[in-house]
Amino acid sequence: MSTNSSTNLSSNILTVRNLYGRIEGQQVVEDVSFDVPDTGVTALLGRNGVGKTSTIKSILGLIDRTGEVTLGGRRVDRLPTHKVVQLGVGYVPEDREVFGKLTVAENLKLAERSAKPNRALVEKLFPDLVQRQAQLAGTLSGGQQQMVSLARALLNQNRLLLVDEPTKGLSPKIVGEVAQALLIAARTVPILLVEQNLQVIRQLADRVVVLSGGRVVFTGEASELLDHPERIQRFLGVHSGSGQADAAVPA
Amino acid sequence: MSTVVLLLITGLGLGALYFLVASGLSLIYGLMGVLNFAHGSFLTIGAFIGWEVARRLSDGSWWALAAAMITGALVGALVAAATEFFLIRRLYNRHIEQVLVTVGLALASVALFEGIWGTDPTYVTSPSWLGQTTEILGARIPNNRFMLIVVAVLVLVAIVLFLKFTRYGLIIRAGVENRLMVTALGIDVRRAFTLVFAIGGAAAGLGGVLASIYYGYVSAHIGGSLLIFAFIVTVIGGLGSLAGAAIASVLVAVLQQFANFYLGGTGDLAVVLALAAVLLLRPRGLLGAKA
Amino acid sequence: MRSLWSRPVAKITAGAALVLFMALLPLLNITIPGIFPGATYTPGTLQLLAYAMLIAALALSYHLLFGLAGMLSFGHALFFAAGAYGLGIVLRNFSPTWMPADVTFIVAILITVLIGFVLAALVGSVSLRVTGISFAMVTLAFAQAGSVVVRRNPGGQTGGEEGLTLDVSQVPDSLVGVLNTRNLYWLALAVLVTVYLVVLWVEKSRAGHVVAATRENELRVRVIGIRPYFVRLLIFSIAGALAALAGAAFLLLQSGVSPRVATPDFTLTLLVIVVLGGVGLRWGAVLGAIVYTLLDQRLTALAGSEFIAGLPDVLRIPLSQPLFILGTLFILVVLFLPGGLAGLTRRSAWPHRPKRGSGERMLETEETI
Repeated sequence: MSTNSSTNLSSNILTVRNLYGRIEGQQVVEDVSFDVPDTGVTALLGRNGVGKTSTIKSILGLIDRTGEVTLGGRRVDRLPTHKVVQLGVGYVPEDREVFGKLTVAENLKLAERSAKPNRALVEKLFPDLVQRQAQLAGTLSGGQQQMVSLARALLNQNRLLLVDEPTKGLSPKIVGEVAQALLIAARTVPILLVEQNLQVIRQLADRVVVLSGGRVVFTGEASELLDHPERIQRFLGVHSGSGQADAAVPA
Repeated sequence: MSTVVLLLITGLGLGALYFLVASGLSLIYGLMGVLNFAHGSFLTIGAFIGWEVARRLSDGSWWALAAAMITGALVGALVAAATEFFLIRRLYNRHIEQVLVTVGLALASVALFEGIWGTDPTYVTSPSWLGQTTEILGARIPNNRFMLIVVAVLVLVAIVLFLKFTRYGLIIRAGVENRLMVTALGIDVRRAFTLVFAIGGAAAGLGGVLASIYYGYVSAHIGGSLLIFAFIVTVIGGLGSLAGAAIASVLVAVLQQFANFYLGGTGDLAVVLALAAVLLLRPRGLLGAKA
Repeated sequence: MRSLWSRPVAKITAGAALVLFMALLPLLNITIPGIFPGATYTPGTLQLLAYAMLIAALALSYHLLFGLAGMLSFGHALFFAAGAYGLGIVLRNFSPTWMPADVTFIVAILITVLIGFVLAALVGSVSLRVTGISFAMVTLAFAQAGSVVVRRNPGGQTGGEEGLTLDVSQVPDSLVGVLNTRNLYWLALAVLVTVYLVVLWVEKSRAGHVVAATRENELRVRVIGIRPYFVRLLIFSIAGALAALAGAAFLLLQSGVSPRVATPDFTLTLLVIVVLGGVGLRWGAVLGAIVYTLLDQRLTALAGSEFIAGLPDVLRIPLSQPLFILGTLFILVVLFLPGGLAGLTRRSAWPHRPKRGSGERMLETEETI
């Protein structure tokens, strides 16, 4: 199992070393180490409940963490969440987490970190949101909320996107749109992606990092995992034929 | 009929006082999860210093009253912001300890006020019009009730406009809903914490000056006694909801007035019973978010 | 040190020795200037110590709520007041001729404790529908209502602002008068020991374990099929009954009671005591109560002293307010001494401060090594 095979000459935007995370005293991330190169999509995979979301949250400092996290050469593991984000991190959380009592426009406005947000890109990717900007985000459909959540991250000039299960619970049509948006975003910014949908993973991922029991058990090129059904079966608990990495999650 | 009108308007006036305390409590709780026992002390110090200023300017003129109100609001805001900055912030996310610190501050500050201003009430002199009455539908309404209502409505409108149309207002509204997500957008939510304390403290300090007109005096315990009703109001209205606090302030105060008059002075008990009823039927309060 | 103390036998022996020593105190002539007003056999000192022990008993009952179950109640004074006023009212109205006077007295105390239990069950059944901060506010509201009722003097029973004076005709002679302060002291000691043992028993019982578990993680308890509501209600009611017992003894000791004990401020004092002593520890509550009571008494004496009167205003005003000093001390303890006074002695045993999760206290309960 290679640790650094994919990074030909390019360097890493994010390095994680010996990361531990705790929620109310309970260990949810245990000694996790991996890298995210500064281009392309790195998929963080594993069965349900292995600590993928917690790993993302530990990187951001949304939960108690110890260990070494370096963003673009700078240690960030002692910084509060807002400082980490200000260094150029876009975060698309699991379950969207839009502000339901705020309008779409307010949700986006809140997320703008610079005086020159990239509104054009967002309007091009999600024309629907422009029409609905006066609507309360809580009244949007799940897919539309996901657009808001993605838009909040894409509005800013970021050095890294952390995207957590963006297709969870969405209809196949919306899943396609989300994947498309991420594909466009990935041209300009590296992405660390948590995803269950194997099809989406195949479509987007350049590299994979697999967690099990809170630890990293596999890292490598996407093909090193995805072209080997027995590895998919072992690490993700599914047959490569099925589209879902986890049968419990509805499409 | 005239009695009903009198009770209603007096109730509204008292509700205005409750709202001035409860609005800050509710905002602070909504954004930070802090139950602020020191809020009554913000009110008391605002009242004392406001009237000290008024007395030095001139007794009983309108502009002395205006100066008292502005001073009261400023002092309340300053003391509240300092409380957040020096005490609450050190205990970030430790809600029980935060409550305990405000309890200690409430005890210590009331004792200090007694030391400075004595245990007896200090009577205040306000413009004579406020002490007169106006007849509405046969009821003779003390004029100060109208002022209380007008000021409270102005404060409500000001807070709503602030929340609606400023960047910090946006941050506060978002933070009440989901504080962690606000920080995950790169926003330092702690500045908003100091700000809600300052806003709540200003409303309370202003409320202190008005409360002393309503009661006719200032005392070290004026804040503490209003605080308990403000707590009840925030629970009934729904923790964290400004609109809920406004509605519940009026309901609680009017209920209290009517029970005091028609049920032999049982207003305080009626309020507690109303609280129990709300908890049994709707534990999250009238407009509260789901717990 | 610690390994010795964690042995149950050593603990019981030390506890028994301490109780014995306290029991013998009225027969000894010990003088500690600056702390006690006189030698330990004098009524003044015995009165102060008895007072401190009853506050300690009350603090222990509060420890059941706050320390064990994690319920931040602001209404506990209500049950103490129910005990004090309750006994006074029961003694006045309950004197069946067929019952010997002493038996009547005992029955009256039992009725009072029962009143505390039932009242707590009623208040708890409503308040416990909410948790956390809402619970704190709701209990505060109930306490305020109780305070209002007491001041209103319904049916001439509570004496309003004046307070209630104990009707000594219904009280055994051995518990009346300054000369019998010694007996009242022993009564207070007995109440403290009783409350301590009940609290210990509750903590070790199944209900105690369940409620401690809900404090840490409510979900986990729900998962195993227990509804925390009823266990909490039981603990709340027991704490109410114990507070009423302490209140009843308080009435006898003071031969009266004032509405001050029904105010929410009195509960706040209780909270200060428990936190000062050390949250989560039985003897922390006792220690906090004793330290607080003695400190309050000495600070009040200090406030009236000539030394203070001679100071400039900036120093004189704060120093002449015992509550200002105690409140400030309390803030400092919360900020800098999370384990309270009891934590001071245990600090060396802790490798690091207990980590606090968001909003929930995590108390170290297990013994390490």
